[in-house]
Amino acid sequence: MNRATATQSLSVSLTVGAYGLAFGAASVAAGFSVLQSCLISLLTFSGASQFALVGVIGAGGSVVSAVTTASLLGIRNMLYGLRLAPVIKAKGVKKILAAQVTIDESTGVALSQERLGQREMRQGFWLTGVGVYLFWNLFTLVGALSAQAMGNPAAWGLDAAVPAAFLGLLWPRMQNNRDRTLAVCAALLALLLTPYVAAGVPIISTAVLAVLFGLRGRR
Amino acid sequence: MSIFWISLLVTSALVFIIRFAGYLVPEKYLTNPTALRINTLIPIALLSALVAVQSFTDKASIIIDQRMAGLGVAVIALLLKAPFPIVVIGAAATSAAIFHLG
Repeated sequence: MNRATATQSLSVSLTVGAYGLAFGAASVAAGFSVLQSCLISLLTFSGASQFALVGVIGAGGSVVSAVTTASLLGIRNMLYGLRLAPVIKAKGVKKILAAQVTIDESTGVALSQERLGQREMRQGFWLTGVGVYLFWNLFTLVGALSAQAMGNPAAWGLDAAVPAAFLGLLWPRMQNNRDRTLAVCAALLALLLTPYVAAGVPIISTAVLAVLFGLRGRR
Repeated sequence: MSIFWISLLVTSALVFIIRFAGYLVPEKYLTNPTALRINTLIPIALLSALVAVQSFTDKASIIIDQRMAGLGVAVIALLLKAPFPIVVIGAAATSAAIFHLG
């Protein structure tokens, strides 16, 4: 086993685990039980999709808006799978496991081993995927139990921790001025629509902005 | 079944189907540059909308409260390249402090 690959996988797993703490707390604050919060992390296992699900439901949104927003955020995992399938070469049950741990981090570590070879890419993928899975779920449980013990979310600042967590997910994705302009337009559109349409709909509506910005091409 | 159970099960099923599809579809599909660009932009739009709605709304009204101060601290922490836990804890501590003072 390549030592550098293993070290990178472990440090990524530990760091991401901390997001699990924020998710567990956000999920309970949104009204999900501790058991349901843990099941979301075990079954969905995709940070942005999970935060979107509990964010929309917590704001009083419908099941359809919550599921649509979470699924749109999950589409990038499909593109990661497309890129990784020829490298991972998994079959049967292993293919199902590979799909379940295909996330930003396992893909990122796998692709960053490209210079070392396919064996190291596979190692990086599995170590990071499984490592993040373990820490993410463990910390979800801790976060959910802590939030349950807290009572009023606002008294502990949980009401601000949730948008701060979203911002932490958004920040590294904004690479240029087009990205930042889109982010500002999306925030404004969502706020403008909030008084007039059902909860959750303002969030999904901003996907239209992403399509418009994408069609206009690179600038 | 409550909306909590339904939304959790349907989301999990769809997110899995979508990611598993990536392992089944040949790579030559979905390489259209415009589609790839839109795919990187969708999370930016949705996450930004979530930040705004979670920070400045309550039910169907727009309000400004202690969460705005928390978000401000998160922005400063991110500009200073602080690690994720500091960003979240900084926002939470600020918001909680104003909640108790107010």
